[in-house]
This record gives sequence, C-alpha cells and structure tokens, in this order.
Amino acid sequence: MAINWFKYSAPTTFYGLAGKLIPWFGISAAILFAVGLYIGFFVAPTDYQQGEFYRIIFIHVPSSIISMFLYLIMAGYAAMGLIFNTRLSSMMATAIAPTGALFAFISLWTGALWGKPMWGAWWVWDARLTSELILLFLYLGYIALHASIDDPRRADRASALLAIVGSVNVPIIYFSVQWWNTLHQGSTIKFSGTSMHVAMQQAMFITLVACWLYAIAVILARVRSIILERERHTKWITELPEVKN
Amino acid sequence: MSGLFMLVIRRDLMLAMRRRADVLTTLIFFVMVVSLFPLGVGPEMDMLRKMAPGVLWVAALLSSMLSLGRLFSADHLDGTLEQMMLAPQSLSMLVLGKMAAHWMVSGLPLVLMAPVLGIQFDMSAEALGILIVGLLLGTPILSMIGGIGAALTLGLRGGGVLLSLLVLPLCIPVLIFGTGAVEAVSTGLSVASHLSLLGALLVLALAFTPWVTAQALRISME
Repeated sequence: MAINWFKYSAPTTFYGLAGKLIPWFGISAAILFAVGLYIGFFVAPTDYQQGEFYRIIFIHVPSSIISMFLYLIMAGYAAMGLIFNTRLSSMMATAIAPTGALFAFISLWTGALWGKPMWGAWWVWDARLTSELILLFLYLGYIALHASIDDPRRADRASALLAIVGSVNVPIIYFSVQWWNTLHQGSTIKFSGTSMHVAMQQAMFITLVACWLYAIAVILARVRSIILERERHTKWITELPEVKN
Repeated sequence: MSGLFMLVIRRDLMLAMRRRADVLTTLIFFVMVVSLFPLGVGPEMDMLRKMAPGVLWVAALLSSMLSLGRLFSADHLDGTLEQMMLAPQSLSMLVLGKMAAHWMVSGLPLVLMAPVLGIQFDMSAEALGILIVGLLLGTPILSMIGGIGAALTLGLRGGGVLLSLLVLPLCIPVLIFGTGAVEAVSTGLSVASHLSLLGALLVLALAFTPWVTAQALRISME
C-alpha cells in the first residue's frame, strides 16, 4: 500500500488535521503542567543552597530550552519554504515566531525573578542572560520584517532569509558572549549524569514536555488562523462549515 | 570578474563624491555621538578612558547603520538596480563591489577619525593602535552584514529603523571582539586572539554575505 507522505503538506488537508489535534495537545499540556508543578512545588525537597527560590526552574529552564529550539525549528521551516516553495512551511515559520518570542521573554522574566534573591540584582550582564536577550531581539526582528512587507510571498521569503542568517549567527553570538562574561551557573544536567534530586528531575522533565505540548497546540491554532487569512479567496475555505455560518 | 568589481567601486565612489554632504553627515554623526558621552556621564578621565573603546565602537556601529539605507535605495529608485540584475555578470560580485565602496565612503572615514576622538578620551597610544586595527577589520563586516539588511528592507516603509532592528543583533560579535582587543591591551593580555577572531569573521563575511545579499535582492525585486 502506498502511503502519501505529502498528504498533510497542503494547507487544505492540514487545516482539518490541526483542528483535530489541538484539543489533544492542549488538554495533555494542561494535565502535565498540573502534575509537573505539583511535584515541583510540593514533592521536590528544598534546595540546601538556594532554599525555596530554586523552584522557579520548573518554568525557567523549560522556557529557555524551548525558546532556543523553536528558533532553529522556525529557521528550518523557513528554509523549507524558501527551497521547496511550499506554502505551509512558510506559514508554520510565521506561526512559530510569536511563541518563541514569548518563551524567550518568560525565560528572561523568570530569570530576573530568580536573580534578585540569589545574585542580589534583577539583571546582570551574564553570558546566558545576554544571549537569551539577543535571541529575543532576533525573534522581534523576524516578526517586524514579516509584518512590514505587505506582499505575503515576499514577506515569507525575505524573513526566511533573515531567519537562516540569524541561525548561522546564533552559535557565533553565543560563544562570543560566553567568552565575554560568565556568571550563570553551569548546566546541572549533563550527559554523564546529574547532581539533582529525582523529584526535581521528574518535575522539570514533566513541565518541559508540558511546555512543548502547549507550544505545539498554540502554534497549530495560529497556523490555522494564518491559513484562513491567506487562503480566504479559495473555494474550500468558503465551503468550510465554520465559515459558511 | 575583478574588472566588474573595480568598475562598481569606481562608479559608487564617483556618485558619493558628487554628493559629499551624505558622507560628511555620517562622519559628523559619529563625532557627535562620541562627544555626547562625556557630557552624559561626567568628565572623570579614569572612567572615560575605560569607556572609550566601547563608546567608539557603538558609535561606529550606529553611524554605519545610518548610511546603510543608501546602499541600494538610490539605484533601486532610478531603475539602475534592475539593469544590474539583468546583467550577465555575477550579482554577488557586483554586490561585493557596492559593499566595498560603501565601506570606503562610510567606514574608512570613521577609522581615520577614531584616533582623534580616542585622544579626547585620553587613550594610550598602544590602545589607540589596536583600536584602529580592530576598526579596520571590523567596519567592513558591518558594511557586509548591513548589506543583507539593506537588501531585505529595500523599498519598505520605515525601512531605516527596521534595518537597524535586523542588523544590530547580528553585529554583536564584532562589537565584543573589537572592544575586547582594546580591553586586552589595557589589562596586559594578548590581543592576538581577539584580532584573529575578528579576522575570521571578516573572512566568513566575505565568503557568504555577498551571495546572501544577492539572494535578498532577488527576493525584494521580484
């Protein structure tokens, strides 16, 4: 039996699929958030050094990880849209940008809340903070460029090029900032093992998965709106039950 | 190939010489921004000496943003750019020529002006020397990365501000290594690492930015 791998690469079919998937991702994100935060706040032990303040990592770490990965995924979709000229890839890249910017902002915000009691300052010019801030700037530049070009095709292609240039630059920026200054604590989770308590690990892992599911649900919802907006002149949109009524 | 390169440079330089005010504005902007800092933070020489490389580099970054809008816009408006893209020669080479001319017009004067401003900030001769070398290596990178932004924002409303928003984050490594080299002199460390990294960035930019800018121009002009 031949499987049509490209069936869902068309906005027409993907629109329906995304609509069916959103509730699943949304509900499981909500459940996992509840479980993860419960373990994080009530089960995980108090840290011997940082007291109760460390508990912000259950939001902070997942949002930092996701903000960085989303940029690469966005650049990947943008590149696909540029190379293969597929409509849906460009729409996905556009849909990912605001969520990525949001996670970068949450990561900076929670970092500041953690920094005040631990370092005694809301903001320090540390390497990781600074590179996260620059990442937020890159997201904002992408969104601004896309928003200021009226022709959607040119907007897609121009911002795709910017995203690719940005993703080439991300490692350069990261290392240059790291050599410039480092104050942030090193990674606690390494491939060789971790010094973290099991409950902390579990809580962080669960909230990380929850954040991913949330991000996917939101991105799918946004891409549905983009499809509706871009394809509003086509016949299949006018025949959709939610559009007809 | 190199004939085309020289031709574009000569043409752009001649155009710039016919409109000298544009070149001077950028330079005056650079001098003014640098002169504002002592007024803003106070005249203590110790602090100014420490701040000098950062202030000069940030001012150079800002003034090169200021002139980037003109890189392609005049040619775009009178249709020359379209003719250039139709030409059988490589568009990347042509773009590289335009970037080189842009650097000679807006980057090189800043490099020549920097020592005078450095003396105002009481920088040592050694630190000034490294600052100049750093600026010589770094300002071409600014012109080249800026070229991508200028091509992407060609003909957009509010292009100037948008251009800075796109390009400034990408220029951060240049700023870090440029000021780092001067910093290293004053603390007695080796400057070679910073300057080598700047050189590496320059080579990378030379290899990729003309091609990326050519692609961006094609996207903007279709």
